[in-house]
Amino acid sequence: MNEILKGILTPAFVYSIIRVTTPILFAALGALITDLAGVINIALEGIMLTAAFFGVLVSAFTQNMWLGLLAGVLSGVGIALILGYFSLNLKTDLILAGIAINLLASGGTIFLLYIFAGDKGTSSSLKSLVLPNINIPILKDIPILGPMFSGHHILTYIAIISVVIVHYFLYHTPLGLRLRAVGENPDAADSVGISVIKIKYIALMLSGIFAGLGGVHLSMGYVSWFARDMTSGRGFIALAAETLGGRTAIGTTLGSLVFGAADALSYSLQAFRMPSEFAQSFPFIITILALGFYAQQQISRAKKRKAASRR
Amino acid sequence: MKKTSSFEFIRILVAIGISLILGFLLTLLLSKDPIHAYKYFLYGPLSKTRRIIEFINNSVPLIFTGLAVSIVFKAEQFNIGAEGQLFIGAVAGTAVAILFPHIQILHIILVFIAAMIAGMLWAAVPGILKSKLNASELVSSLMMNYVAFYLGLYFVNYYLRDKNAGFLVSYKFPKTAWLPYLYRRYHFHYGIIVALVFVVLVWYLLYRTKIGYEIRMIGYNLKFSEAGGINVPNTIFSAQVISGAVAGIAGAIEVTGLYHRFLWQNLPGYGFDGIIVALLARNNPIGVPFAALFLGYLRTGARIMERQSDMSAEMVTVLQAFVILLVTAQAFLSTWKQRMIEKASRKEEEENE
Amino acid sequence: METPILEMRDIVKIYPNGVMANKGVNFKVMPGEIHALLGENGAGKTTLMNILFGLQAPTSGEIFYKGKKVKIASPHDAIRLGIGMVHQHFMLVPSLTVAENIVLGMEPKRGVFFSKEDAYRITKEIGEKYGLEVPPKERVQDLPVGIRQRIEILKTLLRGAELLVLDEPTAVLTPQETEELFDALKKLVSQGKTIIFITHKLREVKEIGDRITVLRNGKNAGEALVKDVTEEDMSRMMVGRDVELIIHKTPSKPGEVILHVENIEYTPPGHNKLLKGISFSVREGEILGIAGVEGNGQRELIEILTGLREGDSGSVKVRGKELFGATPREIRLASVAHIPEDRMARGVAALASIEENLVVDRYFLPPFSKGKFSIDVKKIHENGEKLVKEFGIKAKSSVVPVEMLSGGNIQKVVVAREFTSNAKLIIANQPTRGIDVGATEFIRNRLVDERDRGAAVLLVSADLMEVMQLSDRLIVMYEGEIVGYFDSLDGLTEQELGKYMLGIKKDAPEKIKEAVVS
Repeated sequence: MNEILKGILTPAFVYSIIRVTTPILFAALGALITDLAGVINIALEGIMLTAAFFGVLVSAFTQNMWLGLLAGVLSGVGIALILGYFSLNLKTDLILAGIAINLLASGGTIFLLYIFAGDKGTSSSLKSLVLPNINIPILKDIPILGPMFSGHHILTYIAIISVVIVHYFLYHTPLGLRLRAVGENPDAADSVGISVIKIKYIALMLSGIFAGLGGVHLSMGYVSWFARDMTSGRGFIALAAETLGGRTAIGTTLGSLVFGAADALSYSLQAFRMPSEFAQSFPFIITILALGFYAQQQISRAKKRKAASRR
Repeated sequence: MKKTSSFEFIRILVAIGISLILGFLLTLLLSKDPIHAYKYFLYGPLSKTRRIIEFINNSVPLIFTGLAVSIVFKAEQFNIGAEGQLFIGAVAGTAVAILFPHIQILHIILVFIAAMIAGMLWAAVPGILKSKLNASELVSSLMMNYVAFYLGLYFVNYYLRDKNAGFLVSYKFPKTAWLPYLYRRYHFHYGIIVALVFVVLVWYLLYRTKIGYEIRMIGYNLKFSEAGGINVPNTIFSAQVISGAVAGIAGAIEVTGLYHRFLWQNLPGYGFDGIIVALLARNNPIGVPFAALFLGYLRTGARIMERQSDMSAEMVTVLQAFVILLVTAQAFLSTWKQRMIEKASRKEEEENE
Repeated sequence: METPILEMRDIVKIYPNGVMANKGVNFKVMPGEIHALLGENGAGKTTLMNILFGLQAPTSGEIFYKGKKVKIASPHDAIRLGIGMVHQHFMLVPSLTVAENIVLGMEPKRGVFFSKEDAYRITKEIGEKYGLEVPPKERVQDLPVGIRQRIEILKTLLRGAELLVLDEPTAVLTPQETEELFDALKKLVSQGKTIIFITHKLREVKEIGDRITVLRNGKNAGEALVKDVTEEDMSRMMVGRDVELIIHKTPSKPGEVILHVENIEYTPPGHNKLLKGISFSVREGEILGIAGVEGNGQRELIEILTGLREGDSGSVKVRGKELFGATPREIRLASVAHIPEDRMARGVAALASIEENLVVDRYFLPPFSKGKFSIDVKKIHENGEKLVKEFGIKAKSSVVPVEMLSGGNIQKVVVAREFTSNAKLIIANQPTRGIDVGATEFIRNRLVDERDRGAAVLLVSADLMEVMQLSDRLIVMYEGEIVGYFDSLDGLTEQELGKYMLGIKKDAPEKIKEAVVS
């Protein structure tokens, strides 16, 4: 036991938490923005997957990693727009539309993978690129802190910056204000002449950008290839992280870190001969427990509020 | 009313038609010999006895998950966990098939009971979270899919794995745990019969039992059911658990009928297909086998196309996504529907005057 | 003569479901007046105002604003013209601050950022200008209803509203808050604004209105200057009686107490106390009526009695059995029937068949149950056919979905169920609202029959005629309290009752205590 703890509590473990948190955090930021605009975005999973695929594909064919990044993000936005068109214009049930989008992404990426890579499993036959890791001057030379926080993937740093941007966007810009108003009371927004559909489209596009970045991180950083269904539930975990984070940017980050830690832990435990399948179920079990705990808290809080208002 | 339901039927047909055309366009665009490929997709499943049987066998799990999803949809709830319930049902069935004594008849019944219980347990988690804590069943049932997947794989790979097989599969089942064959060749097993029995059972459950009445009423109008005295949280929970049982049995059918061992290393996707089946059947158990056979036909056609041409079978997943999107799009063809309703009400007004 | 600021001519509105809410309404408002738009529930007031504000498109009719013909397709159009609306349900975002709500859609900016300082300043300035002060930095969710309403008014004023529509603004206010609102409205008029005031509280019309327009059943029922009419005149215009219904009713022969309600208190989350110690009892063989303008706590009281809402405290005994906080099933099994106020929400499942709707309270009991798990659909069908015939429900058969029926027939489905459960207590909330005369007469007579069978009946109705015709004893609710009690309705006039309903008159506490009989 002691040995396991010693193995876990290392700078490398912190590094790995940050690394595995990155894609979840991106998707969770996307979840946050759409949720605050009143759109439950089940399609994050499909958005990530699509972006991961197009990042690999375009970087392999252009041999330009930045074009790969751009293509990944744009494809994520495209998927988000499809969801928007069906749910906002054609009034498809949001959840069912999200499920359909995920199917589309899962089947579509395999379909295209087969066409372009001649394989249905991975893109290993394509020479795709990865985005670089970045060493931060000064920080990288500090013992303990350096190995924890320097040398991460460029998208990891962008994720951290994104948290700040999203926070300011939501709480300090007119658009953020409108977005929150639309999510909380669309009639109120409508009554002062704000176009609810337009705001929801904007939110979906932003979630496409962030979840797209998360997807690109998976295939152009986390690993250097695309594999079928490689997101394996991260888009859904992101939804849970956002819920647990109390629907704020900072809370969402903490929520993502919880799942990142669970994920990283499952990897570390595998190193200690814990069966990988067993360890890999951790993040999901933790999510369910956390959701239950959160719901319980909400109920007792509501009861307290009622008791207080009686007085 | 009659007009709206015939309208719904037409809309489903139009949605299917558009999706098939889309599939053809994809084939045209991507295949070197599109006509050849698409012909196999459309006619393949009927071209040989073996393929007909393959197509029927492929439809069996879809009937089960379609029924499972229909039950919760009837109650206006979600179950995206049929996937995991089926998977864990297959694992539990495998465990009993391998570890329990090999007694004729009793053995296979035990396998099914184990699968059913496993499915119910898996469904109970989102069921409790929703009915007792009002936590969304959506994310929790999705998470349970992954828990089923990883824990199930762990169990199979560490306790039931056949190390001589050369790849990751369980031991082969003893014959006492095989679903009997209808026709020995091409593995035409009793699954379709069991599935049709379940169609009747689920129909009976929904339309002839107290719990079925409760499920339908809370789906129609939750507040009305509450005022009428129905225990709404209990009904929600029951619908989820019954649905889980049906999905769990589907897992047992797959392992005992088709493979005689556990060999999945991915989630098979039947749970999500069940959603499409339920949508196409409009949650009516009698419609489920037809919708499932249709979908099974498409999937089998896609597999045959893949074997016979340069197109991959995943095309059908893309088409399925479009079927869901179009069938559930309320505004799709809605101007037409509105015109029908307006005409009817204007006529009624004239009659009243 | 001065041009009206607003004129709506011959407005017709037919909803998609075929309901005709406005049948050629004319409405004229002069600049600088407080114009009260009066009418009972369902008279078409809200529809007319929604058309004015662009929330509903009229089926036909014209709107003139300041003499010019206008087309108002959305709230945006209305705002641009200078029309502002304060809805009954506030259009506010609870988690945002007061200032954020007020500037929403026209936010002040500093660079790319939203300037909170400017928003606070704007809020403060506009509040001071119109004498409607609000705390700019507080979150709306933490503020009382009166303040929220001010925020709504300020929102419209900031957008340049000259004509303000207030939809039942006092329904949610305490008397003090109402006084403050009226002061503010008078001030606004003195600054050149025009106000349309939707209400059914006649005392308030008398207090601040200049002119009234009365709607009844989707049509104009009168126009007058407030100073020329009395409250009684107005109420006559609102209610109007076209048909005299024939109810066969003999004096009641009350027996033992069936329902005993004591000291019910209720506070909705985040609001003021709504029910303030309600006590009464109902005996077998009598109808106890509860009269009152809607929104005075009747709905919540009935929901607490029927297990659909959790009250704060009190006691509800049916035949001696305590049922406060019990589930609807437990309450129904204690021999209680309930005709809910809103039949589409709680009375029926519109998509289910008539016969299935008729057994929601008894499908699990013999003869409809079969064994432990099953239901006997044949028995359910027979029951359906029998009741369709017995209650004269106009339908081809009992397998027809309820949504195919007219309002009156839907209500007959509800009463067919509730009157055949052989209940000792029938709670009927607005049993004949919005249905045709024939069905109304039928339902009222059946209610009396149920009483004569020996049932205790608790009748809640906003229809004065109905409560006066049917009740053997009567209580009046006003602002969550019982303000009047009549142990006999002999000699009681509508005018007299109206005074209680409007809060003008109140009985002594000793008299009100008599509502509890033993």
